[in-house]
Amino acid sequence: MSDFSSALSKALYLLISGDAALMEIIALSLQVSLSAIALATLIGLPLGSVLAVARFPGRGGVITLVNALMGLPPVVVGLIVYMLLSNAGPFGVLNLLYTPTAMLIAQTILVTPIIAALARQACEDLLEEYDEQLRSLGAGTGQIIATLLWDGRTRLLTAILAGFGRAIAEVGAVMIVGGNINHVTRTMTTAIALETSKGNLALALALGVILLALAFAVNAAVMGLSGTAERAAHA
Amino acid sequence: MPDGSRRPEPDLLEVRGVTFKAGGRMLVDHIDLALRPGIVTVILGPNGAGKSLLLRLMHGLLTPASGEILMPGAGATARTRRGQAMVFQAPVLLRRSAKANIAYALKLRGVSRAERNARAITALEQAGLAHLADSPARRLSGGEQQRLALARALALEPKILFLDEPTASLDPASARAIEGVIGDTHARGVKVVLVTHDVGQAKRLAGEVVFLNRGKVTEISPAKSFFKRPESVPARQFLAGEIVE
Repeated sequence: MSDFSSALSKALYLLISGDAALMEIIALSLQVSLSAIALATLIGLPLGSVLAVARFPGRGGVITLVNALMGLPPVVVGLIVYMLLSNAGPFGVLNLLYTPTAMLIAQTILVTPIIAALARQACEDLLEEYDEQLRSLGAGTGQIIATLLWDGRTRLLTAILAGFGRAIAEVGAVMIVGGNINHVTRTMTTAIALETSKGNLALALALGVILLALAFAVNAAVMGLSGTAERAAHA
Repeated sequence: MPDGSRRPEPDLLEVRGVTFKAGGRMLVDHIDLALRPGIVTVILGPNGAGKSLLLRLMHGLLTPASGEILMPGAGATARTRRGQAMVFQAPVLLRRSAKANIAYALKLRGVSRAERNARAITALEQAGLAHLADSPARRLSGGEQQRLALARALALEPKILFLDEPTASLDPASARAIEGVIGDTHARGVKVVLVTHDVGQAKRLAGEVVFLNRGKVTEISPAKSFFKRPESVPARQFLAGEIVE
């Protein structure tokens, strides 16, 4: 119990004192995870909505695959991205290994299936309700997709938040492709892993508390904005 | 309502030998039907007769297993729903304001932004919903939602309006309000095709009755003669309350 209270006071102290190293780690964590979420959203939402609306041979197989990819093991993704970006790999020439960009790539790969699969489900549920009416009004496939994305925005936001949760808490892939290099690729999660391995449990726990608070703050902010937008749009 | 004894203008839509099957069952069985202008056509029949299916086939939401549906100027089959609009039993309204629901439908039909707003407001006024223009559509009462769905359909200025039991889940006052709008719509020259199993409503609105039983049209008659002396046995049984499927 004393460990927890000591961790909490340490976390508070680190935050209030504006510890430069901590702020750098928080900034990098947010930068990588939010960028990965933005990219995964750009890919996942169109992919999910097209899978919900389009009918083509093998659709069931693609949906099963996207759903299965939600459970991608981060270390496996890390390993694959590592092999692709290492000097011996096809993209070695880009010199991206052990950079925030490599971490961004790994997180995007991990998060995209989550957003795509949840978006597909949300759009498909809405399509069940809207399908006949939209076709009756003369909507084409593109217009149906746009309508589902707009009218399903609250559920899609939840999908994006689920992706953010995965990205911000992820450690295996970013550790492998980022290398946990101080001032370069150290994130909250890799820092926690490092401090734990050094036996510095209080600091690790303090970082954990800050990570939780960060995730909570981002979720609360997004849900608050979503509620305001929802009321404004009369949804 | 005028009766269907005269035939001054060409048919608006023709159903030729249309069938529809699902799960190995013949749900619509070789139906021939012509929709004439200037008259309210009521498709009457017991539950499960295939009334709503026939409406969806005519509107192009379902594809017939065989036969064809012809609309002048719409090619070999009525794949295009331009010139038609449909209101469903349970109104499907988008998650936006009442006015935006109508504007959305107009946008899909290529109406300019400036015209959309004016036409949406006019449609709301005609439906008696102008005061609810900015209200969330899905928070309106059941009757208001159905009137909004009807206003949205009418804003498209259809030649044919398909109505699939639009008052089935409404209280009597709301149902009367909807029937009033249907009457006005018919008076403006829009062809109204109404599916119902409510005999009273059919009597109030029908110019002609298409009676459907077990996927087959058993009778097409002017409303007056249908309710006075139905020709087919299933229609007689239905009016006598002996078919309750």
